[in-house]
Amino acid sequence: MAIAGEDFSVIASDTRLSQGFSIHSRDLPKTYKLSNSTVLGACGFHGDVLTLTKVINARLKIYENEHHKKMSTTAIAAMLSTMLYYRRFFPYYVYNIVAGLDDEGKGCVFSFDPVGSYERESYRAGGSASSMLQPLLDNQIGFKNQQGVERLPLSKDKVVNLVKDVFISASERDIYTGDGIIINIITKDGVQEERFPLRRD
Amino acid sequence: MEYNGAAIIAMKGKNCVAIAADRRFGVQAQTVGTNFQKIFEMGPRLFIGLPGLATDVQTVFGPYFVEPVIAGLDPKTFEPFVASMDLIGCPMVPDDFVVSGTCSEQMYGMCESLWEPDLEPDDLFETISQALLNAVDRDAVSGWGAVVYVMISLKFLTKKKTRYKRH
Repeated sequence: MAIAGEDFSVIASDTRLSQGFSIHSRDLPKTYKLSNSTVLGACGFHGDVLTLTKVINARLKIYENEHHKKMSTTAIAAMLSTMLYYRRFFPYYVYNIVAGLDDEGKGCVFSFDPVGSYERESYRAGGSASSMLQPLLDNQIGFKNQQGVERLPLSKDKVVNLVKDVFISASERDIYTGDGIIINIITKDGVQEERFPLRRD
Repeated sequence: MEYNGAAIIAMKGKNCVAIAADRRFGVQAQTVGTNFQKIFEMGPRLFIGLPGLATDVQTVFGPYFVEPVIAGLDPKTFEPFVASMDLIGCPMVPDDFVVSGTCSEQMYGMCESLWEPDLEPDDLFETISQALLNAVDRDAVSGWGAVVYVMISLKFLTKKKTRYKRH
């Protein structure tokens, strides 16, 4: 799940990899650092996730060598959309969220469906627990169903604490969420990583 | 359950208990009514919520395709009580909250984060309302307003009667 702030964005995932009722790994983050200002969150079929991230990184290298600069977050999002739609009739079974800073240094989040339909948003939850997380983000970040509240800009600490809270809640009810979370905080100084344990049952 | 759509939550508080439901009546994607009763007063300080097939909700004789939610205060001790059942009557009696309906995942996500032990009646009202409203907003087949009932034991009500009058 990812949240965009004024001059930062946060993207977090749990570290459990499971299939059916068995846990394959307790330490497998589903966030992938693409550059100093962009992080990708990808879940679904793990085999496709590995292939997709490999191809994305190759495309980023080619871009860097051709243009002598890093690809921006918005450009990465647009590229990912065409990459996914190229496989329209045999799709990557992957749900993607791209978080980072845009060309103006503002926080941005892009969410995708498996065939490349994408949208810029200020917050998004994806994966097996998305239906539990998303209404809470609507309420706490979108201030939905609240009257007369002041919409103050989000602070980094508040976002990080909210991320921890919603993941704790999700791990209580979703058997595919648990073990731990990795929170990536993207600012102009780069990507900072924070780990937090979750229940392991 | 998905044919008509519904969302019902019951929550425990400190010497109080609340039950809330959405008001939509629809047939699959088409909304037919927006003031459908899903919570029924079964006795003093006892309410039952019936999400499920709307015709069975209004029928006297079974079998019923509903997954009931029960909320009440013990007649003698005024102890809060919430429970839910599946459609064949297997009960679950937890000590925090129960959810039932088409957006149960959304309701679990909200309740698990917003609920805390020993909520006062006003706070319980706000908590259950926010939990229900934000959950139904992410579900296509429930919503269109909500009703909330907060039950407070008379023993504890007399002292602060005016504060809770508006409910």
